[in-house]
Amino acid sequence: MNARQEQVNAPAVERQPANDGLARAVVGLARRDLRVALRRSGDTLQPLGFFLIVTTLFPLALQPEVSLLRDIAPAALWVGALLASLLALDLLFREDAQDGTLEQLALCGQPLASLVLAKTAVHWLLTGLPLVVVAPLAAMALGVPAAALPAVLAALVLGSVTLSLIGAVGAGLTMGMRRNGSLLAMLVLPLVVPVLIFGARATAFAIGGEAVAAPLYLLGAMAVLAVTLAPFAVAAAVRIGLE
Amino acid sequence: MSELVAENLHLWRGEQHVLRGICFALARGQCLQITGSNGSGKTTLLRALCGLVPLEEGQVHWQGQLVTRAPHGFHTDLGYLGHDNGLKPDLTAVENLRFATQLRRRVARGEILTALERTGVADCQATLLRRLSAGQRRRVALARIVLTEAPLWVLDEPAANLDPRGQSLVTDLLASHLARGGMAIVATHQALGLPAPQLVAMALQ
Repeated sequence: MNARQEQVNAPAVERQPANDGLARAVVGLARRDLRVALRRSGDTLQPLGFFLIVTTLFPLALQPEVSLLRDIAPAALWVGALLASLLALDLLFREDAQDGTLEQLALCGQPLASLVLAKTAVHWLLTGLPLVVVAPLAAMALGVPAAALPAVLAALVLGSVTLSLIGAVGAGLTMGMRRNGSLLAMLVLPLVVPVLIFGARATAFAIGGEAVAAPLYLLGAMAVLAVTLAPFAVAAAVRIGLE
Repeated sequence: MSELVAENLHLWRGEQHVLRGICFALARGQCLQITGSNGSGKTTLLRALCGLVPLEEGQVHWQGQLVTRAPHGFHTDLGYLGHDNGLKPDLTAVENLRFATQLRRRVARGEILTALERTGVADCQATLLRRLSAGQRRRVALARIVLTEAPLWVLDEPAANLDPRGQSLVTDLLASHLARGGMAIVATHQALGLPAPQLVAMALQ
């Protein structure tokens, strides 16, 4: 054991930082978050259940006419997705802030923007992507024709990426507060109105059989903008949240 | 030569002037012990030194460089243990240490097991952190600090929740870290048991 101990201790003080450090840190962090989420799958699935229940409440509350359901389908799907993503944001930073691992991320010597981007990507994979996967069920319940589904799902993929990233800024700012739910909603919801507008538009066009390219391009542009700029805002928000 | 130099640090928390012109210099092989009553700003000082809380006045230099100008290099050389252990309760001790260390460097399983043996929690390697006692978790967190291989340790009450043997473990870890040319800043009331030339004492009021 002594020989091994010396192996650990010897290179301490003179160590040089490794060049492949960022890739290793990002991959390691993503794997850690996936593993924690799988061990707490109940928490991860809650927003998904919420989305399915909220969207299927509409057909129950309204008159069961397909034309009426189709009219409200874009609004129901997107408001449901927006609220579900808001609910899921609670999982993003709060526990890491409480157990001190977020401090360790900020102090590990790697750029925090890349690390929070990795965290947000995993978060999208666990909450945004599953929402897209179950969206056909909700869409069927709302009378969306099968032909419109590809465009509806494409809009949801692009929109949910932007929702996760913009939401992460709010989650970073509010993670230190105890009752942050409504504050987070007030911070984030006004900022994601463009996603709601173009997402619902794309869905309405798809249901009506019209060309959906224009709103999809705009959703794509917003997603690209969010992926490139939001990580810096998220990192700044997390630093403020840690103070 | 002093590797870490803090000059005239000031920090307010609302109306309260918490840090009032703190100055110190630390050379290789030295440990700064910070004492002070509750609420005297020990934790705030440690967090400000690490860069978690921005200073309102004053400068910190690490190896002659201003840390605010090169924070990544400074953080690479820094191992920080706060009140929270910085470990996930839903992962085992080995998983926690692997992920925490991977953020900084490549790490082999053998190194992690050796570190756990050294801090006396080798039996708990495959146990989820949430099932461990507070003292055992603190020992895993100390293993995390050992694994950083960072030259500068910043420890906030490292012996919190530890039994008497755990407290002498902290002293042993510090002594061997200093002997290898490392540096440490420790906020604790416990006597560290280090020889006088290695120990710099600072009392906050």
